[in-house]
Amino acid sequence: MITGNIITDFCLLILFLPLLAFAINIFFGKRLPRQGDWVSVGSVLITLILSLSLLMNMFMNWDANFSYEAQFSWIDLGAFKVELGFWVDNITIVMLAVVALISSMTHIFSLEYMKGDIRYSRYYAYLGLFTFSMNGIVLANNLVSLYIFWELVGVSSYLLIAHWFEKHSAADAGKKAFLTNRVGDIGFFIGIMLIFTAIGSFNFQDVFAGVSQGMISGTLLTLAGVGLFMGAVGKSSQFPLHIWLPDAMEGPTPVSALMHAATMVAAGVYLTVRLFPLFSPEALTIIAYVGGFTALFAATIAITQNDIKKVLAYSTVSQLGYMILAVGVGNYVAALFHLLTHAMFKACLFYGSGSVIHAMHHSLHELHDHDTDPQDMRNMGGFKTKMPITHWTMVISTLAISGVPLFSGFLSKDAILAGSLAFAQHHPQHFLLPVFGFGAAAITAFYMFRLIFMTFHGEPKLPKVFEGIHESPKVMTFPLMLLAGLSFFIFYTLPYFNPISDHGWFTELIKAGDSVAPGNPTAHEIYDGVHHAHYPAMALSLLVAGLGIGLSYLMYMKHKFSAENWARKMGFLYKLSLNKYFFDENYNRFLYQPLLKLSRAVAYLDWDLYDKYFINGFGRVTNLLSKITGRIDYDGLDQILVDGVGRSVRRLGKQLKQVQTGRLQNYMLFALVGLIIILVIQTI
Amino acid sequence: MDNLNSYLFVSAVLFSLGLFGVITRRNGVAVLMGVELILNAANVNFLAFARFGGMNMAGHVYALFVIVLAAAEAAVALAIIINIFNNFKTINVDDVSELRQ
Repeated sequence: MITGNIITDFCLLILFLPLLAFAINIFFGKRLPRQGDWVSVGSVLITLILSLSLLMNMFMNWDANFSYEAQFSWIDLGAFKVELGFWVDNITIVMLAVVALISSMTHIFSLEYMKGDIRYSRYYAYLGLFTFSMNGIVLANNLVSLYIFWELVGVSSYLLIAHWFEKHSAADAGKKAFLTNRVGDIGFFIGIMLIFTAIGSFNFQDVFAGVSQGMISGTLLTLAGVGLFMGAVGKSSQFPLHIWLPDAMEGPTPVSALMHAATMVAAGVYLTVRLFPLFSPEALTIIAYVGGFTALFAATIAITQNDIKKVLAYSTVSQLGYMILAVGVGNYVAALFHLLTHAMFKACLFYGSGSVIHAMHHSLHELHDHDTDPQDMRNMGGFKTKMPITHWTMVISTLAISGVPLFSGFLSKDAILAGSLAFAQHHPQHFLLPVFGFGAAAITAFYMFRLIFMTFHGEPKLPKVFEGIHESPKVMTFPLMLLAGLSFFIFYTLPYFNPISDHGWFTELIKAGDSVAPGNPTAHEIYDGVHHAHYPAMALSLLVAGLGIGLSYLMYMKHKFSAENWARKMGFLYKLSLNKYFFDENYNRFLYQPLLKLSRAVAYLDWDLYDKYFINGFGRVTNLLSKITGRIDYDGLDQILVDGVGRSVRRLGKQLKQVQTGRLQNYMLFALVGLIIILVIQTI
Repeated sequence: MDNLNSYLFVSAVLFSLGLFGVITRRNGVAVLMGVELILNAANVNFLAFARFGGMNMAGHVYALFVIVLAAAEAAVALAIIINIFNNFKTINVDDVSELRQ
């Protein structure tokens, strides 16, 4: 049984071990044997053990209301007080386990994937920094430390995405991710400040108490909620800030798995889950629509992408949209549940794609072919026989993400869809939300199986390359098998064995709390609605998933329909989807270019007008003035007055000097003359 | 010759001659002699006032003092002049102007 101070120690270790690995590797990595990768792997494995022991402890306690807080004072200025600390409850523990698991899988997978990289030790150092920041977010008990770690995640993601910065596109992708996140973070910061101004504390519990006492309410609370949500929009890559995530695929594939499956993008969802109680009904509606729209919108882009990682990227955006949607409709436990299951199967899919790309790379390398794109699915096909482990693990995770029964995704997705359906039943004007959800579910099933069929089935498109394809080594397949195993329902429903109900340890140990913002339904009401919508939602989701899978099978396996024909027939829609709705182009045309123009105009004002005329003019006038006063001072005052006094004194001295003849008689004569003068004056 | 003015006149002439000697002579010894004249002019004045001006015996005593003082002054001054001669090989006071600016 782990309690009290030991939890603090565990959390401190979990938090700072990866930071220690970062520090060691960034300073001494190159000089250590094996470039220090064992330091990082070792530290993250210890973190994993500690996190899992916390998880085991949670199971042994079996207490849904478990909560532990430890904090210390950071800034204490009397009225202004900031305390940093940990808040550990069941959500934290689950998140810590997910982060530690995916992070350690990434560390292990990278041992092979990144072998021989020019910045091998630095790569591991950054992984450590990233893990540290992510754990910090999860453990934070207040908005300030959350914000600090939030930004740290931004920095380390920038460093990891731009790991191969010699490649122009990778450097750009890093910058794009960082800057897009900044946009969201501005809103996040405004939200934090609004909350702090109204309530006077950053601590989550204090904030919730303050909201329930009505210290902040109405429009201001909605604004604060939307501001905080903007941070999540940036990090979780929601519409309209989704543009950075697909570009971030320029980073090494294990990094993509780490950031886009379990950690960075999950941070946004985690934030909305953590702060769920303070969102006002209006803010939640905005959240629901942003999430729902993103889910459908990103899914439609994923259909036409040919880059294997791009498909997964948009799929991630879409799945994150699901989670945000779930928070928006109040079913935030489902969001967290999906976060958990998604972390496993999406990481598995990313590792799988990494394994495929790795194999393609080696094969192309042997053929000395540097022009063929190793990530383009049109160059693959039929890899099933060559890479059986990768194939089967990817199929399992694809089944999971498509929402097929017996797999984890079915449970969590179903919970979300039931939530959105229940929400629409209560508020018929929001009928679009379940439409978004079920639409995205169908499309997800379609494009995920398209990926599987194009990559692993059918005839090899490039037979020569196909010859050189080999299954990846064990270091890479081990994380694949582990994560694919974790995509089965059983790990989430224990101690029950019902594959079609999400009832299990997760739902028993993580109970939704009531919202403290006025106007929201209680957790019980939400749960009731979800319960009633459970079976219709399940039937519908099974139907749409089946449709998606079936269409995909007919199109890409049996070639009953020609994908090319469809694309030609719906040319406009196809182009829209293929070019990601021209978001980058339009942002460029309508946002960046005008902004650049504005900046240039301001720069012109500043440099050429203000500086040149005002500042320099001011300088010139001052210069002139000082020359004049200098003239007056040197030539006038000094020369005439100061020097003049000296000169005249000297002249007088020279003249008086002549009296001093040294002749006694002269002196006596002077005395005599003086005496006579005195006498004459007296007589007069 | 028994009125005060005649004595004072003689004394004034003597004083003027002494002063003239002091101022115009270049020889150190001659300057000293001028000084002696001035002192004696004073002596004449003392005695004249003793006789006619009611100073009585005080004037006589002062005259004696002046004579003693003159002797002492002559001794010291001559010693100085000898030293000047030893140093400068001259007793011309114009040439002894080391302290001149």
